[in-house]
Amino acid sequence: MERSFLIRQPSVLIFIGLLALFTIGATILSEGFGLGLISTSFIKTLGKTLCLCLIALAMDLVWGYCGILSLGHFAFFGLGGYMIGMWLMYARTEQIVINSLANAPLPPTSGEIRDAIGSQIFGVVGGSEIPTIWTFAHSFPIQLTLVVLVPGLLALVFGWLAFRSRVTGVYLSILTQAMTLALALYLFQNDSGLRGNNGLSGLQNIPGASNVSQDTISIWFLWASALALGLGYLFAAWLVSGKFGSVIRAIRDDETRVRYLGYSVEAYKLVVFVITAVIAAIAGALYYPQAGIINPAEIAPIASIYLAVWVAIGGRGRLYGAIIGAAFVSLISSWFTSGQVPDVPLGFYTVKWVDWWLVLLGFGFVLVTLYAPKGLGGLFDRLVRRQDA
Amino acid sequence: MSKNPTLLEVSGVSVTFDGFRAINNLSFQIGSAELRAVIGPNGAGKTTMMDIITGKTRPDTGKVTYGRPGKNLLKMNESAIARVGIGRKFQRPSVFESQTVFDNLIMALKKSRSPLDVVFYRRDDSDVSKVEKLAAEIGLADQLQRLSGELSHGQKQWLEIGMLLAQDPQLLLVDEPAAGMTPEEREKTTDILRKAAETRAVVVVEHDMEFVRRLDCRVTVLHEGAVLAEGSIDHVTQDQAVIDVYLGR
Ligand SMILES: Nc1ncnc2c1ncn2[C@@H]1O[C@H](COP(=O)(O)OP(=O)(O)O)[C@@H](O)[C@H]1O
Ligand SMILES: [Mg+2]
Repeated sequence: MERSFLIRQPSVLIFIGLLALFTIGATILSEGFGLGLISTSFIKTLGKTLCLCLIALAMDLVWGYCGILSLGHFAFFGLGGYMIGMWLMYARTEQIVINSLANAPLPPTSGEIRDAIGSQIFGVVGGSEIPTIWTFAHSFPIQLTLVVLVPGLLALVFGWLAFRSRVTGVYLSILTQAMTLALALYLFQNDSGLRGNNGLSGLQNIPGASNVSQDTISIWFLWASALALGLGYLFAAWLVSGKFGSVIRAIRDDETRVRYLGYSVEAYKLVVFVITAVIAAIAGALYYPQAGIINPAEIAPIASIYLAVWVAIGGRGRLYGAIIGAAFVSLISSWFTSGQVPDVPLGFYTVKWVDWWLVLLGFGFVLVTLYAPKGLGGLFDRLVRRQDA
Repeated sequence: MSKNPTLLEVSGVSVTFDGFRAINNLSFQIGSAELRAVIGPNGAGKTTMMDIITGKTRPDTGKVTYGRPGKNLLKMNESAIARVGIGRKFQRPSVFESQTVFDNLIMALKKSRSPLDVVFYRRDDSDVSKVEKLAAEIGLADQLQRLSGELSHGQKQWLEIGMLLAQDPQLLLVDEPAAGMTPEEREKTTDILRKAAETRAVVVVEHDMEFVRRLDCRVTVLHEGAVLAEGSIDHVTQDQAVIDVYLGR
């Protein structure tokens, strides 16, 4: 009999253990539940970072294991955010409207409530009609289903068209960039029904929890994000541990040869593409309530390119590499761009890190590619092996 | 012939690459349990012929049918053709170098190829013993846990033949299996192929006359994309046309 994948991959249990320690530790130090040493806004940064680790995990599955360099997975992440954001915004606006009409001499009709919600949400784009795509926005379970369904369906249709025509390599990467760009441009329009460049905001306010403080809500989301990442990691490790993992790595290395073994390469790519799109969407649905706002700029093509950079820096094809890359780069990035890093005055020129951080990142990327092609995760492997010896 | 019904029939096939006719009205048949050698000078169209049978190249004209009742292979894609029972070994050894010998063989083992079945596949003892038996046949029994990228050239060739056998195909197409092998390795390769042909059809493309002689089977000589001669090795080596275009040089 085959041994469990947990025994064959000790890194899984180590990762889950570290993640649990991290989450409990952060909670103890937080303002919401503990000592107050970590600010609520930093708890949110940590929670968001866990979500970015989850999408990096998806990127590692699709690119590191299956060899599909998708530069469009942030489209799925963003769509997941929009789907949950619609419910957050609608349900909360509905509460506000009902509360404000409560003192009216006549009880408001449901039509009046709808009109008021419509003008509250869509006033910024010059409308008050509630667009058709908001039909189910009042329902949490339906929007939650759409978090999975809409990005999954987009991935299915896009993947089916692209893989069936055997688009591979750089052409596929360009096509995925075009997909995310097209989606961003569409959402930028005021009549897209999703408030154009304003996006959806106030997402940090959870309907039905208006008297719960952000200190507490931030901890809820930290735990939800950690849970999603932990489950995602278990799922990914299980998926790649068996014959399916063998087949997709074989597709990455020589897809023609895999066809002659009788495997339908296109079907496998499609399965991996759709699964990872759904993981990305779940990550997005947890990220944006912590960010508070989502707008179309979030799914600009550059976002998905960063995602590939994180995974490359962390090291492809080993799951924890993607986590290390995403956590390391995104945390450093938010530090450099927060303005907390002192500028470097050179007399004739002042290095402002907010601007120069990207140069530093690019330089780091080149260094990793040249001197540690297996990424930070590869260095980690070498350390562990040395201890074994 | 009645004891050995036709398994593969290629008739009137032509392929043109940018105006160059690589296969020219080619016709031949392979029986259900036979070993066949295909020889011919470089560029004769041997590899292209395999590309057509396995669905990699679509011919301009002609028919390729397989099995009984005859399935039209020209309407199927590569993976579907592999699933009906045609296995192929490429000219350069192509095994999955970043995976172990064991994993390479498990992947090739005849099982459902659908993604859902593969996701939930967990190997059982009977699969493991099948793989171990195969590994013994190809002389890699003690190499199962090695990465296949670490194997010698000859061992990679055998692993690939082993993967073909694991697929349990009815028709095996083998492109230049002995290229780059030592004489002892060649001898072993001949044994493996002869044994495989006891229960299925095996078509071996080869350059080397000595190797073909040792296979001791019917020989088809290709030249400029068409059959030049067919028969026993002694028959074709005495054929004047064959001597002129191939052996005489
Ligand atoms: N995809 C292709 N495009 C153009 N020419 C090709 C292609 N494949 C094969 N050829 C040409 O067809 C001829 C037959 O090639 P091939 O079947 O590889 O010969 P063999 O395997 O007998 O040495 C050669 O002249 C080769 O250059
Ligand atoms: Mg050839």
